Amino acid sequence: MTFIQVIAGGLLLGAVYALFSSGLTLIWGMMNVINFAHGEFVMIGMYLAFLIVTYLHGGPLAFGPAATAFLFLLGIIVYYSLIRHVIRGPMLAQILSTFGLALFLRYLAFFIFSANFKTLPEDLLPGVLNIGGILIGVPQLVAGIVAIVLTVGLHLLLTRTAVGSQLLAVAEDRQAAMLMGIRPDRMQAIAWGLSGAGAGIAGALIATFYYISPTVGESLVLTGFVVVALGGFGSVPGALVAGLVVGVIQSLSAYRFGPVNKDVVVYALFVLILWVRPEGLFGKAGA
Amino acid sequence: MRWLGIVIGAAFLLYPWLVTDDFYARTGADVLLAAIGASAWNILGGYAGQISVGHAMFFGIGAYLPLLAYSHMGLPPVAGVPLAIVISLGFAIVVGLPTFRLHGHYFSMATIAVAELVRIVIGNWDFVGAATGLMGPAVSRTWLDLSFRSPIPYYYLFLAVLAGLLLLTWHLQRSRMGYYWRAIRAGERPARSLGVRVARYKLYALLLSAAFTSLAGSLYSLMVGFIDPESGFGILRSVEMIIIAALGGAGTLFGPLLGAVLLIPLQTVTNSLFGGGGSGLTYIIYGGIIVVLARFEPGGLLDLWRRASQWWSRRRETVTVRHAA
Repeated sequence: MTFIQVIAGGLLLGAVYALFSSGLTLIWGMMNVINFAHGEFVMIGMYLAFLIVTYLHGGPLAFGPAATAFLFLLGIIVYYSLIRHVIRGPMLAQILSTFGLALFLRYLAFFIFSANFKTLPEDLLPGVLNIGGILIGVPQLVAGIVAIVLTVGLHLLLTRTAVGSQLLAVAEDRQAAMLMGIRPDRMQAIAWGLSGAGAGIAGALIATFYYISPTVGESLVLTGFVVVALGGFGSVPGALVAGLVVGVIQSLSAYRFGPVNKDVVVYALFVLILWVRPEGLFGKAGA
Repeated sequence: MRWLGIVIGAAFLLYPWLVTDDFYARTGADVLLAAIGASAWNILGGYAGQISVGHAMFFGIGAYLPLLAYSHMGLPPVAGVPLAIVISLGFAIVVGLPTFRLHGHYFSMATIAVAELVRIVIGNWDFVGAATGLMGPAVSRTWLDLSFRSPIPYYYLFLAVLAGLLLLTWHLQRSRMGYYWRAIRAGERPARSLGVRVARYKLYALLLSAAFTSLAGSLYSLMVGFIDPESGFGILRSVEMIIIAALGGAGTLFGPLLGAVLLIPLQTVTNSLFGGGGSGLTYIIYGGIIVVLARFEPGGLLDLWRRASQWWSRRRETVTVRHAA
């Protein structure tokens, strides 16, 4: 029974991994940029939740949308002020721009909030459900379900709407998209906005049951890399499946090898993927 | 230009005699050590254009092995240096071999993931001191322990290593391999179409870079006599190498040295002003500098200087022509 319990917990956390990793994979697939600051976007979402609960006494229905909107804007600002200028520059500039941004945001949070862990009050989403002997906390359940719905929603947005087709067109062939009257710059900004929004809502969701600290973004973004590599770069359905897989693997290794080693197994999985199947589960070879 | 080189070289040689206080000599040794680390990163990140954000893994291995040799076998710490280099090369192959066949971003992501993996493992492994770390010999038993009270012997040791590394880099950048590296940095596909074995030469750059980064780590623990997971494998260790190389000028011979001369004293000042890493203000500034460099001056200060002097000489020419007419 404990085993099923551990897997259920892993799946619910994995759903949140899938949500923020799909933003990471969207950016990668569209413009070949790795956002090292993506974990810090999630971290900002978590602190927004903390601030709104502590100072404005808002609930999840307040801080969820607020984090989404704030990070959507931040994504767009980062794109226009930074990314569009380095995107065709040397690799050094591409990688260091988001890496430096990650460092900046992480230590800004450190400066403002100190290194002490913060948590949200437990009565925000109270209760534990007993489903056939498996105990599931309401915050985890809400986070997992919302994350899956939103990830599927992002996939539908990309594949079933006009904006989505334009986004994918730019990803496919920037020149050809321009000839069709699509503005690549605007589409890429929207992609950064969507990616940021996904990170923001993911942060708000896990803040309800996870510790909040300035450095939480680092392990999150590395987990995101593993999810994106396993799912195949640029693939949102891949990120969904891989997120759930990574969540379960992490949860099982925390159970088997102790919580301090859960990330070791996940990072080792990353190296293993690169050696064995670099194109991921759903990716195209030679990506 | 030649007299400038001689003056700067002489200044580095005489520096410990020009300052009266051990504090300044120690800062000088710190500058040289940071320059060694950043120059080692520069071989791979600057010349070959492969951006590692996890070079701390090599630095940490280099720093741990000497103190392990001392604390478990009572050997002089220096005995651990060659083994550290061998292990670093092993890690370089594990990370480099699969990722160098793929797009460059995979390498960057793999370096930071492996560096974090190693940091967590070391931090929970009692054999290597877990979270508390390892100590070197408290008092020098023989001169082989390389444990000196004064920073001056370290200063000259580091100066000699840096000179050797820069000489090697200078030689390599003029060699066939140096041209291959720059071709790879400019564009892998064109380089490959011209017959450059891209993956192989990237791996050579990584191996060289890893070996010297490991050596830098060993020199660090020889001088400091103490190492823990954060100071060996922490992400800020990688950040320091990157920012110093990029600030001075990645892919230039003297860029990392210039970056170290500027940044290490600045770090000493900000740390004493803001109380160490405690408030994080130093790293907010670091992050800001990296972003601004990436956005406006990816070539670093040396590139800025080169363009400024070109602009100046062009301007002077136009003025002369106008006067002549």
